[in-house]
Amino acid sequence: MALLIIDTETCIGCAACVAACPFGALRMENDKAVVDDKCTACGACLEVCPVEALSLPERGKGAEDISAYQGVWVWVEQFRGEACSISWEMMGQGRRIADSLGTTLTACVLGHNVEGIAQQAIYYGADRVFLVDDPSLGVYRTAPYAKQLVHLVRQYKPEIFLLGASARGRDLAGAVATEVHTGLTADCTGLDIDPETKLLRQTRPAFGGNIMATIICPNYRPQMATVRHRVFEMPEPDSSRQGQIVRVPPVMTEDQIAAKVVDFIVEEGEVNLADAKIIVSGGRGVRGPEGFKPLRELAEVLGGAVGSSRAAVDAGWIPYAHQVGQTGRTVRPDLYIACGISGAIQHLAGMGTSKVIVAINKDPEAPIFKVANYGIVGDLFQVVPALTEELRKRLRK
Amino acid sequence: MHAIVCIKQVPDTTDVKVNPETGTLIREGVPSIVNPFDTYAIEEALRLREKFGGKVTVISMGPPQAKEALKEAIAMGADEAILLSDRAFAGSDTWATAYTLANAIRKIGDFDIILCGKQAIDGDTGQVGPGIARQLDIEQLTYVFKIQEIDFQAKRIRVERLLEEGREVVETRLPALLTVVKDINQPRYPTIMGIRRATRTEIPVWTAADLPDAKPELLGLKGSPTQVVRVFNPPPRSGQIVMIEGESPQEQAAKLADLLLKEKVI
Repeated sequence: MALLIIDTETCIGCAACVAACPFGALRMENDKAVVDDKCTACGACLEVCPVEALSLPERGKGAEDISAYQGVWVWVEQFRGEACSISWEMMGQGRRIADSLGTTLTACVLGHNVEGIAQQAIYYGADRVFLVDDPSLGVYRTAPYAKQLVHLVRQYKPEIFLLGASARGRDLAGAVATEVHTGLTADCTGLDIDPETKLLRQTRPAFGGNIMATIICPNYRPQMATVRHRVFEMPEPDSSRQGQIVRVPPVMTEDQIAAKVVDFIVEEGEVNLADAKIIVSGGRGVRGPEGFKPLRELAEVLGGAVGSSRAAVDAGWIPYAHQVGQTGRTVRPDLYIACGISGAIQHLAGMGTSKVIVAINKDPEAPIFKVANYGIVGDLFQVVPALTEELRKRLRK
Repeated sequence: MHAIVCIKQVPDTTDVKVNPETGTLIREGVPSIVNPFDTYAIEEALRLREKFGGKVTVISMGPPQAKEALKEAIAMGADEAILLSDRAFAGSDTWATAYTLANAIRKIGDFDIILCGKQAIDGDTGQVGPGIARQLDIEQLTYVFKIQEIDFQAKRIRVERLLEEGREVVETRLPALLTVVKDINQPRYPTIMGIRRATRTEIPVWTAADLPDAKPELLGLKGSPTQVVRVFNPPPRSGQIVMIEGESPQEQAAKLADLLLKEKVI
């Protein structure tokens, strides 16, 4: 099903495309390029072909006049009336992108009794805030939130719309992008404006962090992206900033909304790994549920959370909510202390962008040492308590 | 009860390696597997059938070899499977994929519940599930941790969704599309009988011609708003590792504490 079209008359058999293909989908046969099913139509080969023998079929044209779409928007997520920090990180990025395009930044605040958040959004960089304040929007639900944003997008036509890649953000972004038929790039770790085309270049990891891909949305608007937590710095709020708050009525009434949120369960010792600045994580090396005790003590002294590898979760030593990695949470703390974790690629995919990584492992050959900033080869049951003791003294706790 | 499960065949990323010389992905000889999150969706559908009776249909969009993934679902116990495969579907991003799957689901007709994994391990987007729900205009419940109650007569469902802050309990109407996380169950292994049945089963293949309501300009590359323009290796973590030596764990701990304080991360 490969889409790449190879003009074998023009192909000179230089094999430049074979080397350029990130997916190994091209090979040479009888001095001509041949493509197979692994082709993802990424176009990497098109750029390197010296004789323009390669092409891809035409893409969709999009529906409307895209120049009518102006401005950068950010959805400000709230939980129980408090803005989520990820949204302010988005505002920082939104401001930067709006400035580089010479356009305005708009925040969308949906909730109940959230006028304070609308004001905060201005302090964090918004020129304008759409405030939809209604009891039906107090708790996030897909339908009323998605319908509201779709309505606003259709009416005011933003060129870029950013959302945090939280559970709610990803739920909402997928629904909105589908309904307005536009492109959505999930879980971005990099956003910038192409200086020539003015398009948003959205960079994200794929294949469990094995590769990075840069994605654009040339013919549809808005260009939508969700962005990972803690990838970007929190901006400093500026309470002298001025902006406009535009009150918008809700588009759905309570009786039109099928979903009801009836309860919220927070388990004893529940962790919010996404927010943690310090994570002390344990793997197979902790040898059992009791093995997490010294890790918990270290996390407590540091004011951090306890994470784990998949091996420890699958063994039943610790609940899934603690799991870091491809099939668990993606985290980006300031400090990640990996104790008795070998460092399988799936684990690294979930924590490889932590600012500082410390690895404590008995096996000097463990792959975790390849990504760590600091390493100690030793028994975690001796090293971790010693570290807890030392830090307790230093931090006077 | 009719449950439809959407699955994807993915390369087993455990075995995906990067060629250190060319910096490209080596996918030669990398086995294809059913996306691990989708196996939880299949299992949950089978459990619903065991409790309520009915049928489980599994669908996938992909190249002809994705039949293998569907056969695995049959071996686990699914009743029927359909592969959507056509050159016209190639190059689909999440929008076009959701559009195509939704059209196939409409053609299948009556269903009570659609189950998907929370995301695929190759693309990691988690967008196709919500996309299908919006295309079909049905309720969407993402990151489902547990089905607390389900009543196919009254068309009601109550689930726990796994969010960052805890688990949210939501009630809504059926039909609904659920994307599931791995806590929801422990997927079964295929039985010998199941594997035999899968070997014998012919998987029907639907092409674009089998989806007359799907607009050709919304399929494949043409219906895909996003475009991958560059693929590259993640930048390596900067700097060399500093190994902390010492006579005793206490000495190592003290040295590490110094370094962490200097880094201003504690």
